[in-house]
Amino acid sequence: MSLWGILAVNSVTFGGLLFLLSAGFSLIFGLMRIPNLTHGSMFMLGGYVGSSLYLTYHLPFWLAALCAAAVVAAFGGVIERLLLRRLAGSTLAQVLVTLGISLIVADFCLMIWTGDPISVATPPALAGGTREFGIFFTTYRIAVILVACVVAALLWALLDKTRLGAMIRAGVDDPQMARVVGIRVSRLFTIVFCLGAGLAGFGGFIGAPILSVYPGLDSDMLPLALVVVILGGIGSLTGSLLGSFIIGFVYNFGQALVPELAYFVLFLPMVLVLVLRPQGLFGRLAP
Amino acid sequence: MSALVIAGLDKSFGGLRVTSAVNLAVEPGERRLIIGPNGAGKTTLFNLIAGELKPDRGSISLFGRDLTRMASRRRAHMGLSRTYQIITLFPRDTLLHNVLLSLLGLSGWRWNPVMRLDRQRALVAAAEAALGRVGLAHLAARPLAETSYGERRRVEIAMALAQNPKLLLLDEPFAGLSVDERRDVQKLLGDIPRDVTIVMIEHDMDVALEFAERISVMHFGEVIVEGNRAEVVADPRVKEIYLGE
Amino acid sequence: MSARILALALALAALAAVPWWVPGDYYISVSSQILIYAVFALGLNVLVGYAGLVSLGHAGLFGVAAYATASALAAGFGHAGAILFALAATLAGTAVFAALALRAAGIVFLMITLALGQILWGLAYRWISITNGDNGVPVASRPAPLGFALDVPAHFYYATLAVFLLALASCYVFIHSPFGVSLKGTRDQPRRMNALGYHVWLIRFYTFLFSGFLTGVAGILFVYYTQFISPQTLALTSSAEVLLMVISGGTGTLLGPIAGAALVVIVKNIASAYIERWNMLLGVIFVAIVVFMPEGLVPGSVRLAQWALRAIRPAASARKAGTS
Repeated sequence: MSLWGILAVNSVTFGGLLFLLSAGFSLIFGLMRIPNLTHGSMFMLGGYVGSSLYLTYHLPFWLAALCAAAVVAAFGGVIERLLLRRLAGSTLAQVLVTLGISLIVADFCLMIWTGDPISVATPPALAGGTREFGIFFTTYRIAVILVACVVAALLWALLDKTRLGAMIRAGVDDPQMARVVGIRVSRLFTIVFCLGAGLAGFGGFIGAPILSVYPGLDSDMLPLALVVVILGGIGSLTGSLLGSFIIGFVYNFGQALVPELAYFVLFLPMVLVLVLRPQGLFGRLAP
Repeated sequence: MSALVIAGLDKSFGGLRVTSAVNLAVEPGERRLIIGPNGAGKTTLFNLIAGELKPDRGSISLFGRDLTRMASRRRAHMGLSRTYQIITLFPRDTLLHNVLLSLLGLSGWRWNPVMRLDRQRALVAAAEAALGRVGLAHLAARPLAETSYGERRRVEIAMALAQNPKLLLLDEPFAGLSVDERRDVQKLLGDIPRDVTIVMIEHDMDVALEFAERISVMHFGEVIVEGNRAEVVADPRVKEIYLGE
Repeated sequence: MSARILALALALAALAAVPWWVPGDYYISVSSQILIYAVFALGLNVLVGYAGLVSLGHAGLFGVAAYATASALAAGFGHAGAILFALAATLAGTAVFAALALRAAGIVFLMITLALGQILWGLAYRWISITNGDNGVPVASRPAPLGFALDVPAHFYYATLAVFLLALASCYVFIHSPFGVSLKGTRDQPRRMNALGYHVWLIRFYTFLFSGFLTGVAGILFVYYTQFISPQTLALTSSAEVLLMVISGGTGTLLGPIAGAALVVIVKNIASAYIERWNMLLGVIFVAIVVFMPEGLVPGSVRLAQWALRAIRPAASARKAGTS
């Protein structure tokens, strides 16, 4: 029983991290129609920057997380304004540029932080755990789940209750119409790209005590973001949330039960969804 | 046997009925004109006939052959050719190359991965002849991007004719043409022999009415009025559609 | 026309003479590597440049060929048997790829191929009982066709060169054939092609098979070259690299992929000796080409050369006018 319990808790936690990663990816894909192949690198970059701020410069844990998010968000803004905006109109070129940038970021991280994995210890305030229902819950993992839920609630409030959110939703539904109505779509693109990048960076650091930060983290996380978003629906926050938890479970249980076919179990549903129902389980837009 | 018979054709997109119980019968060699205000469903009807859209109900047959379930690419092989409102040809290629592609579409050679296409004299000669029919043989080596809009329209018609169609669908062939270009296309269409049945959608009333033998008037996806020129022009319903009441 | 033939003859002569003018075995091996990746890039370009379908999963097919060869050899098959098995396995894999990915075009096609490539990578990485996982599968020896031992770098180079020339010739024939012409038509105006009577899906399917076949050939050459295959070869970064070769060289041309392959292999192998951050350099080159020279190096260089010639000529004719 306790093995399943541990797997379940880990799955939910991983799902929370995946949500931080894929919510931004989904919004970027939904609004700008490009799968941002730099997203995994942004997650990793956030992990590295946050680790340095926390371990080397001794910033408080959550402050380091927010600063990491800000740095990665700024980086995203630079990419969007300098490169992606130049290539507006050619989604393929934009996708290829994000691919190229992911290579640059990966090597940049290798250069600055070397190849040794960085393990970040759980912040002392959240160390330890509790035992409930015969399962040992680490406090930190609960914290991550809570943070993910808070972020989800904030994002939902942003999209549903604010003017900016309404503009984003309009842009996702019909970019041409949004422009006609007077929404400054290009400025929206920058905002959403920064938001997505920041979320990914944030997730990269608070995930560090669980996943650690290492070269290749970007390649490990990006395909998962893709699966979540394809399954959950491009541009759909609900879809990202549900998809993240589903994939969290599939990934963890898959690794435990059928390690040889773990990736197969993960990607086959994505392929099936793309082939049969490209708009995903919740999305309204077909890419 | 009629050239084209459409019976009870229905098509809806979500809640919107774009084609409503359309019945149409076009005789062999006839020149049929379809007119109607914007949004009447004329191009949708063409897309249904050509097979790019599948109808919800009804049937389409060409010279007795039921096309309703047939894939659109096969309808070209059954003798159906069409032109489009917006010309979508191959701008980086020469006029000759564009027509060659049209000829190749119905030829068994199109699956051949080893032959050199530009060395096939018979095909090239046929393509040149097709361009000659529309008066563009002298521009055979010109890239399409360097030709005028009127010339491109004529190339498109040449490509459609090159497939020796039994039924030719023309979607607003006069749109965007200058007076001279319109005259050229008019003459071209007039020269098409009677073994080709033509159905045309057009907005330009003067040219279209001259061309048409029978006219079908569409509105909100239905065929409201059908008859010859005099009948249609006199019909009060037609006046209502175009002028409002 | 004769200028082109002369250029071609010179290029051929230069390629044939590589073991003589290239300084040492290491560089002969790099030349072989360039040719192997050129075949890979030609294969991908058939899909990207001529069919207009961008795949990010081709490293998976490349890996299938390599693993199939290595596994067959390890199972006791002879070289001929292993190669045939590998080609068959790659074609089977390609058919599955094509059947799934061709349900869509554009970005969805890209993502399906990405996912399929990831599935194959995951299988290579995790299905340890078959693939030996991270440890990889070694290849004990290279073939010796008709007694010509390919263990010597120069000999292996000639074998690779022969295969490369065959691949290049087959692409040339393919492009100029009716099928190739109709393929380019489906790239530019799929709807019109459909209306003209072409079976667009089937054209793309056969093209995918041809692309997969060339990729398989490259994979077989690769595994004999490195005498080792590991899951890293099937990673997303590998698919990205070969796509970089195609894009940087210039899609829709025959020389483009070759130039792109040479560029990437040279940066990876030779520049890496002088520049530590060659991976970053590759990324920068990629971004620069996509942004500034999207048509690729080959057409872009031609454009630059034409511009340069035009800049020189007015000066020459002005001089002429001055003297008369």
